[in-house]
Amino acid sequence: MSTLTEAPPPLGPAAPEEKPPRRRGRFTPYWLLLPGMLWLIVFFALPMVYQASTSVQQGSLEQGYKVTWHFATYWDALNAYWPQFLRSVCYAAAATVLCLLLGYPLAYLIAFRAGRWRNLIMILVIAPFFTSFLIRTLAWKTILADNGPVVHALNTLHVLDLTGWLGWTAGDRVLATPLAVVCGLTYNFLPFMILPLYTSLERIDGRLHEAAGDLYARPWTTFRKVTFPLSMPGVVSGTLLTFIPAAGDYVNAELLGSTDTRMIGNVIQTQFLRVLDYPTAAALSFILMAAILAMVTLYIRRSGTEDLV
Amino acid sequence: MEQYEPERLTPPQAAALRRGLRGGRAALTRRSLLRAATGGALAAGGLGTLAACGIPAAGKNQGGTSAQDHSATEKVVNFSNWTEYLDVDDSGKHHPTLETFRGRTGITVDYTEDINDNNEFFGKIKPQLAAGQDTGRDLIVLTDWLAARMIRLGWVQKLDPSHLPHAYTNLSAQFRDPDWDPGRAYSYPWQGISTVIAFNKKALDGIEVRSVSDLLDNPRLKGRVGFLSEMRDSVGMTLLDMGKDPARFTDDDYDAAIARLQKAVDKGQIRRFTGNDYTSDLSKGDFAACIAWAGDVVQLTSDNPHIDFVIPDSGYVTSTDNLCVPNKARHKTNAERLIDFYYEPAQAAALAAYINYVTPVDGVKPYLAKIDRDAADNPLIVPDKAMQAKSHAFRSLSQKEETAYEGKFAKLTGA
Repeated sequence: MSTLTEAPPPLGPAAPEEKPPRRRGRFTPYWLLLPGMLWLIVFFALPMVYQASTSVQQGSLEQGYKVTWHFATYWDALNAYWPQFLRSVCYAAAATVLCLLLGYPLAYLIAFRAGRWRNLIMILVIAPFFTSFLIRTLAWKTILADNGPVVHALNTLHVLDLTGWLGWTAGDRVLATPLAVVCGLTYNFLPFMILPLYTSLERIDGRLHEAAGDLYARPWTTFRKVTFPLSMPGVVSGTLLTFIPAAGDYVNAELLGSTDTRMIGNVIQTQFLRVLDYPTAAALSFILMAAILAMVTLYIRRSGTEDLV
Repeated sequence: MEQYEPERLTPPQAAALRRGLRGGRAALTRRSLLRAATGGALAAGGLGTLAACGIPAAGKNQGGTSAQDHSATEKVVNFSNWTEYLDVDDSGKHHPTLETFRGRTGITVDYTEDINDNNEFFGKIKPQLAAGQDTGRDLIVLTDWLAARMIRLGWVQKLDPSHLPHAYTNLSAQFRDPDWDPGRAYSYPWQGISTVIAFNKKALDGIEVRSVSDLLDNPRLKGRVGFLSEMRDSVGMTLLDMGKDPARFTDDDYDAAIARLQKAVDKGQIRRFTGNDYTSDLSKGDFAACIAWAGDVVQLTSDNPHIDFVIPDSGYVTSTDNLCVPNKARHKTNAERLIDFYYEPAQAAALAAYINYVTPVDGVKPYLAKIDRDAADNPLIVPDKAMQAKSHAFRSLSQKEETAYEGKFAKLTGA
């Protein structure tokens, strides 16, 4: 685990007593922190204060907005848009699970089996990032087009009958259905799952696998008892990096979805830009933030890896 | 994974760790830093600050609407327009009409295509205008409802008619008196936009589409119909189909139109509400038919022979994109001269030949015929009498109506 325990310095008479630290050094950490802190204050803390203020204001564009401590906005917003909240959480959770199922085997392959192909596969994983998020999502509209080969194949195999029965698709199409949105989310956030998984898998000492084999563990048992527990930090950070942005995403629902797949990000965008209801938009943003924070805290507590992420 | 595990440390390591963590207040841990940061943010953003950051009322600008006009000394005009909304030569770098303008007046046009969406653009320039500052732009192009809102808020300047002789003479009658800017005191149309029904013949497979009712009711089109996320176009076309005039409708008419659309959404007839991206859905055949903008349709039909359009018998909605001079613009006179320049029929023809929207300038046809005969005969570009008779504008809305209507439409589209 720790490099400290692996390479202990020679024991024996302790090194000469430590010198009193130079006074100048005392503030060095703070100076080094200053740029980052300023950045956080200007681009995070201040906007948050502004948002918080907006959420308790009332008024209109003509009359201006005044802080009236109108907290009922929160309640009204939640009341009106809870289905979209629920939907966002469900879609994000589904996409996260799919990412894990798809990403884990791939990360495992890259870390342990890829050999000289490792770098090439890594590049393939990262390559989609070289094009814009929007273009990547639009590409899915071509892939899943009604007259395209994918939908045709799914129809021939009667897969869409099953997904239609489950309510994931409508009719004999994939686009403009929940399935398309979840697929888009999964695709767009997959690298965020693979990279942390790969990093933590790659650190596992191969000799541990040999040791497990020596102790008569079968490959599956080795995976279950050794590899997977040691990769937990990757699983936790991967799921967080996938779930959090996916829950707030609005591009996939906008382009691949329909009226009944709108997520909370779409609602916030509409309220802010179209309806010009700034307080509701701000309140929705805060509710989303609080909800994600609560879920993530609970998740980290449960998975018991607080120090690792 | 370096963790603090004191029980496993050798004495020198423990001493090193203690050194690092010692020094009481000076010691830095992640937690203490986070705590300090949160504390700082809370102190800085105390409740008093929360109350202080209200948004001032619009229209109460400090120091009036106009800035000192630098037109005489600075021979430039900063022109912000939508993407692909100006003629361009084959290299894609030069705009012939802008160069003619410079040759004639010596004024350089600093041309930027930075408008993609009315709502987003409004969000972008709102802070400066609300604070009574220069946006850095002398001329902007806004769709009529946003131009109306900007006039209502007092964020655009009154134009000087003495600089606009051609514009005054040549503006087509149908655009002269919108209810939000009677007599065109604040704005002049850049282009007109007709909202029509477009369809993909291959995807329709013989189904006839002639009206909005066909889109909303024909069960064979279930899930293959598109509407626009622009409220005035979608609701306006529906109102016309229901026999109401979008220029004179009541709250009840509006609610009835929304209810009619809601019924179609509920039974899965309408696939999506889209912005400009409907063009790809239509040409791929994912939309068999949809509400569309005529300028796009002209473009699409030349690329894809299956695409065609129909003007419903009940009429169609026409909107305009308008040239406005925002408050505090530095080169107002130059901007007005540019507006007037585009109202010379020869220049308007050069523009119309390239961008395929409805030209708001009278007398363009002979000039356009010299460049492109087909375009000159296309009623979508130069509307004939029959076309003009079916054209309807969506009336302007009060601020209260706008919020309520957009709210209801947002609910319809799922958010």
